[in-house]
Amino acid sequence: MDFSPIVPALPSLWEGMLLTLKLLAFSVIGGVALGTVLALARLSSNKVLSLLAGFYVNYFRSIPLLLVITWFYFVVPFIIGWITGTNQPIGAFTSCLVAFMMFEAAYYCEIVRAGIQAISRGQVNAAYALGMTYGQTMRLIILPQAFRKMTPLLLQQSIILFQDTSLVYAVGLMDFLNSARSQGDITGNLHEFLLFAGLIYFIISFGASTLVKRLQKRLTV
Amino acid sequence: MKKLLQLSLAVSALFAAGAHAEELSGTLKKIKDSGVIVVGHRDSSIPFSYLDNQKPIGYSMDLANKIVENVKKELKLPNLQVRYNLVTSQTRIPLVQNGTVDFECGSTTNNLERQKQVSFSVGMFEIGTRLLTKKTSGVKDFADLSGKNVVTTAGTTSERLIKSMNAEKKLDMNIISAKDHGESFLMLESGRAVAFMMDDALLAGEMAKAKKPDDWVIVGKPQSYEIYGCMLRKDDPQFKKVIDDALKAAFKSAEMNSIYKRWFESPIPPKGLNMKFPMSQELKELLANPTDKSAEQM
Amino acid sequence: MNYNWDWRVFFKPTGIGNEIYLDWFVTGLGWTIALALSAWVIALLLGSLLGVMRTLPGRYAARIAGAYVELFRNVPLLVQLFVWYFIVPDWLPEPLEDWFKQDLHPAISAFISVTICLGLFTAARVCEQVRTGIQALPRGQAMAAYALGLSLPQVYRQVLLPQAFRIIIPPLTSEFLNVFKNSSVASLIGLMELLAQTKQTAEFTANLFEAFTLATLIYFTLNMGLMLFMRWVEKRVRVPGLIALGGK
Repeated sequence: MDFSPIVPALPSLWEGMLLTLKLLAFSVIGGVALGTVLALARLSSNKVLSLLAGFYVNYFRSIPLLLVITWFYFVVPFIIGWITGTNQPIGAFTSCLVAFMMFEAAYYCEIVRAGIQAISRGQVNAAYALGMTYGQTMRLIILPQAFRKMTPLLLQQSIILFQDTSLVYAVGLMDFLNSARSQGDITGNLHEFLLFAGLIYFIISFGASTLVKRLQKRLTV
Repeated sequence: MKKLLQLSLAVSALFAAGAHAEELSGTLKKIKDSGVIVVGHRDSSIPFSYLDNQKPIGYSMDLANKIVENVKKELKLPNLQVRYNLVTSQTRIPLVQNGTVDFECGSTTNNLERQKQVSFSVGMFEIGTRLLTKKTSGVKDFADLSGKNVVTTAGTTSERLIKSMNAEKKLDMNIISAKDHGESFLMLESGRAVAFMMDDALLAGEMAKAKKPDDWVIVGKPQSYEIYGCMLRKDDPQFKKVIDDALKAAFKSAEMNSIYKRWFESPIPPKGLNMKFPMSQELKELLANPTDKSAEQM
Repeated sequence: MNYNWDWRVFFKPTGIGNEIYLDWFVTGLGWTIALALSAWVIALLLGSLLGVMRTLPGRYAARIAGAYVELFRNVPLLVQLFVWYFIVPDWLPEPLEDWFKQDLHPAISAFISVTICLGLFTAARVCEQVRTGIQALPRGQAMAAYALGLSLPQVYRQVLLPQAFRIIIPPLTSEFLNVFKNSSVASLIGLMELLAQTKQTAEFTANLFEAFTLATLIYFTLNMGLMLFMRWVEKRVRVPGLIALGGK
């Protein structure tokens, strides 16, 4: 084992890590936003809307993320082309981002839905009695409380997502893992680079989940 | 879907109409409108197109740069932004088709089947498909591979060739399809396969990367001769002309010899090894008489 | 762009032997199912053992199991797969290494790597479910069992585990389905399971929309079928008076 080639490769690895974190941040923001919309649709009294949202969630939860990433890689440029009608080149990053957002939204949706359902029905009735509209009730009363309750769960799901971003290896995006693999391949020290990558993922995930557990304790008081 | 697409293209064409006096179409128009050209490259096609410090380099990349220069000149866009997009053997065709990359210069064989899906530039290299193996393995030709593990790269012409050969001649080989040439060589080097079937120039490139290059040897009667070309979308004569003109001009220039020497007869990254792969007679003829025909058509 | 829709593509010959493309999907599905089932056996056995360890009175066992869970939950599955496929075989003693790499059919050696990887990865998740299940039972049950003179193994085997397993069927089902989905990572090391066959079909035929649509349908049907089956099982074995944990 010779870990010395890792030192000169650190700038490339750092670039890979930045890409991983960028992908993670955008996917979490987009995923939670879309997931919240889906959760509201699922809980809505409109049958069609709730059925559609339910189908979306079941669909994405029953197929592998890797399939979604691979498929979207080929399909997203076509779709964005139709929607916008522009000829802007769509790279692997955008395709993966769309795949992660749409896939994770299905998981975030279930967390948000459970969070909303955990808030007592009486609050909704009280808000309506005060003359609030549905939008106001959700925005001012229900969602703020629900998000406070489910923050730990959303964060835990995001830690899983952080690990899952490594699957972009399948489409050749140079994220942290793929940079490590590529550097290992070039220098002929694949073992060391892969173990190093694993260690870094572990430190970040473990650290983050320890923090989330602490937060969870504080929020439940 | 095709209709929707045509519709959206038509709509976008409407918006852009009038902006240019010159009638641009297809990829050139796309490049002009977006100000970006996306070049497809490989990560382990040594010495054609591979990564060194995250930057794509190689024989094909030098030629790709010639093409980009010509596009800049044609469109009068000296500050055209160049973006690189990594492709693999399996993804390169869909990514050219779906517009992710505008053209790909790597190690792509021009053949009739692919011509149904994409278009090719004039040929820029000629290879034979052979085997890389350890000197001590005792493998001399394809017949020696019976019952053994053989690796090749997924999505290549070699993969199809060896799989059909295996079925037809009942050689009983166990074929491993690895993701890219680097991974194929890893399979070979780590002892999972006794031989790696691929284009001879690429095999020489992998040897140059090996821990002990002298342990390896390229053997076997070539199973096919193939011509590499740059790949672009079908039915795009304007863009094809810009690409072909750039390549033809490069082939004629004195610089071509130095490009060839730089990658095949000088020390190359990452290990600083010299492939010592002199220019074949076939390649000399190909460069002297450029053609976009595939080897099967000649 | 030139895209030719052709749903008959699955019945066309592949040009290799006498196969048609549909055969590739059947073979791929076979590998996917074989992978998921064998990984699940490892995950269930090891996961239950670890789950029990986490609830044992002694500190030592609980800590070992806890460390296992943290390690396997905080490293991405793909990194774990690379370790099992690229690194561990190189650490084997030489005769074993040669046997694994050269004598075994490459599909089998890849299969072994993925099965171990998926099994150990999923065991960490099963462990947490089993622990939750055991801890969800009223504490009085274990005490009553001890008071009746049952030994520690007897308490687990005859009192705690049979109940715990029944309440955690829903979360276990979801882990079971995850194994099927996660088995698709095998495509990244060249094992020709369902996703790898799909990619190969897409590449050979250039009909990638059709190929990926079929793959999606297969995964979707498989998943829904298994879920309905597990719901039925859950109803059959439900413990009266205990509320199911429901779950993620």
